[in-house]
Amino acid sequence: MGSLLLNSILLLGSVGLVAASVLFFVAKKFYVYENPKIDEVDDVLPSANCGGCGFPGCRAFAEATVGATDLEELFCPVGGNETMKAVAKILGLEVVEKGPMVAVLRCNGSNENSPKKINYDGVSSCLSAHSMYAGEGGCPFGCLKLDDCVRVCDFDALKMDAKTGLPVVDEKKCTACGACVDICPRNIYELRPIGKQSKRVYVACLNTEKGAIAKKNCAVACIGCNKCVKVYDSGGAVVMKGLLSYISPQVDVENQGGYLVGSCPTNAIMGINVEAKKLPPKKKPSKPKEKES
Amino acid sequence: MELKTFKKGGIHPEENKLSVSAPIESLAPPAIVSIPISQHIGAPSKPLVKKGDEVKVGTPIAEMSSFISAFIHSSVSGTVSKIDDVVDSSGLRKQAIIIKTDGDTWEKSIDRSPELKKNFTLDASEIIEKVKKAGIVGLGGATFPSYVKLMVPKGKKAFAVVINGVECEPYLTSDHRIMLEKTDEILVGVSLIMKATNLKKAIIGIENNKPDAISIMRTKAKNFEGIEILPLKVMYPQGAEKQLIQAVTGKEVPAGGLPIDVGAVIFNVGTAFAIYEAVQKKKPLVERVVTVTGKAIPKPSNLLCRIGTPVANLLEQAGGSLENAGKIINGGPMMGKALVTPDVPITKGTSGILVMPKELATRKKESPCIRCAKCVTVCPMVLEPYLLSRLGRKYLWERFEVEKGMNCFECGSCSFTCPANIPLLDYIRVGKTEVGRIIRSRK
Ligand code: SF4
Ligand code: SF4
Ligand code: SF4
Ligand code: SF4
Repeated sequence: MGSLLLNSILLLGSVGLVAASVLFFVAKKFYVYENPKIDEVDDVLPSANCGGCGFPGCRAFAEATVGATDLEELFCPVGGNETMKAVAKILGLEVVEKGPMVAVLRCNGSNENSPKKINYDGVSSCLSAHSMYAGEGGCPFGCLKLDDCVRVCDFDALKMDAKTGLPVVDEKKCTACGACVDICPRNIYELRPIGKQSKRVYVACLNTEKGAIAKKNCAVACIGCNKCVKVYDSGGAVVMKGLLSYISPQVDVENQGGYLVGSCPTNAIMGINVEAKKLPPKKKPSKPKEKES
Repeated sequence: MELKTFKKGGIHPEENKLSVSAPIESLAPPAIVSIPISQHIGAPSKPLVKKGDEVKVGTPIAEMSSFISAFIHSSVSGTVSKIDDVVDSSGLRKQAIIIKTDGDTWEKSIDRSPELKKNFTLDASEIIEKVKKAGIVGLGGATFPSYVKLMVPKGKKAFAVVINGVECEPYLTSDHRIMLEKTDEILVGVSLIMKATNLKKAIIGIENNKPDAISIMRTKAKNFEGIEILPLKVMYPQGAEKQLIQAVTGKEVPAGGLPIDVGAVIFNVGTAFAIYEAVQKKKPLVERVVTVTGKAIPKPSNLLCRIGTPVANLLEQAGGSLENAGKIINGGPMMGKALVTPDVPITKGTSGILVMPKELATRKKESPCIRCAKCVTVCPMVLEPYLLSRLGRKYLWERFEVEKGMNCFECGSCSFTCPANIPLLDYIRVGKTEVGRIIRSRK
């Protein structure tokens, strides 16, 4: 009995010793040099591995920053400016600050605004529904209300509102990682600057159909009437793309936002923390500022 | 002798051929037709008419806009009331030519007599030209422009014409009825295809559940040279191009390849009939046979109706009310697609309208996969549906491509078989759509 124990210990011990020395030499011989800065950068990143930076995970982003000569194109939306400052410090590079962004839902086809006309009983997946038909409300551009975006958000920033049927973005939790932008088959989300005091104005509609048709399916559809463009004589911040208005993030929310929201006859323009105002007749709007941070 | 079929996978769903003994009836032209400009695979056609134009049955109203495209002809006589977007079967708006009917005057050149015109002296290029001008596309549902298939590409060698008389989808009977009622016409059509492709041999594959069609086709085929009738074992999806070629010739079309790669040129029996009418009777494709069936339909029928007729008209003719209708499906129960409204028009590719009563049109509750591998066994493309569907559900597109998800042709055998009622195909389709987009963006 005793010798059996001893033999096993000796045998296994020597196998272990041989294996260890082989591994040791292999590790020495095939050693790959890795810049220690990669580890350092990786340590300050949020480890969310969400891919919001455009790389497959934080490690890959760290490798990319270490190889880069400037940080112009590289930004971790989750960590934001704080993290990027830390990264810049490690690498001795200039930090490029970016204003905080947030995802906005460019559709307001709630259960009330765009009531159900078709009964869909396929699988609960926007991608699937989109490849098959226009949607329960009949609008081929609107939200399908089947939660794909909620499922991909790693930061718990999206919730489905049971009453409207639409997803709601929690501005405090959203890191602007862009996962929802990528997954939504109808490209409904847009990342926009969070705005001063969280004031934002945008067109909550993507329907490019003729006004009468768009209105038939949804009460708050953009009908392409051009009224908002006339309110805002901005040289490009509010433009008509075919029969759909687009308000760019450069818009002067402070001075013009309220009037824009008030100008839309179908209420397609969404004002977050912005009150609708009617333009006093005949008064020319003041010249807008070029840029808003 | 053991009957032939394809080698891998396959299922045998309940046949439910309710309309099999209903002879083909003509449906009167509707008051208004809306004829979509995109009813085929390829580029949408370019309208040739404008609002207010007078047209007759058979007047060309849209022309080909590229090599893979098709001519479209008016299916009624009357006035073009507008060219506008109309709702298609998925609720999306697509351009269509809308014509208000007035009487039923046909173009003079069209021979409407019922006599069989058997002999022809045309050469290959003349036949191809006529098929092209008549706007013929694959009537089995694929709607690929037929004239393109008749031109065997240089460098490829074809050895036989394969004619699809399988009709493997449950419920559908339009091809079966055409084979019974238009036997000679089909056989002349097949001879025309043989002439156009310069082939001496044609094989018509028919599933063994249509013994009447097999026997009448066999008897009459004796009067034609080189046409053989081949009864096949009943097996879904035998009507799919690749499966039929394998059943008939024993050769496997490579993934991503075309039938011509193994030397076959394949047409549906309905298309052969349309080719006969186009070439011998100068009749363009303005009408087709559509099966109207389902357990919610009192009088399952096979209707010869004009392209552009609203589905609602066909339902009315078959005595169907929409009260108990759970789903109206364009096509068969396996591969068909539910319609969002019965106002959509019949197009060149509509082989059947199936109305499912409410109790049959519901999905069963899904439960977890029990790893029985039934889906793997039945997949004719030798895929692993349980895995692909999981990858589609988890958005794992790269792996989906590696696992050959793109080879799935959406036959639905896997979803049909799954004892856990997992909607396998739905998620595979999600994967296919997304991976398809990724592949296209690479180019
Ligand atoms: S926003 Fe897009 S992904 Fe989200 S529920 Fe609507 S359609 Fe689906
Ligand atoms: S809401 Fe969209 S952008 Fe914001 S964290 Fe969630 S997935 Fe990312
Ligand atoms: S639907 Fe696709 S995966 Fe399913 S059995 Fe058919 S070919 Fe195979
Ligand atoms: S048939 Fe259904 S339960 Fe069986 S292995 Fe496939 S997915 Fe799983």
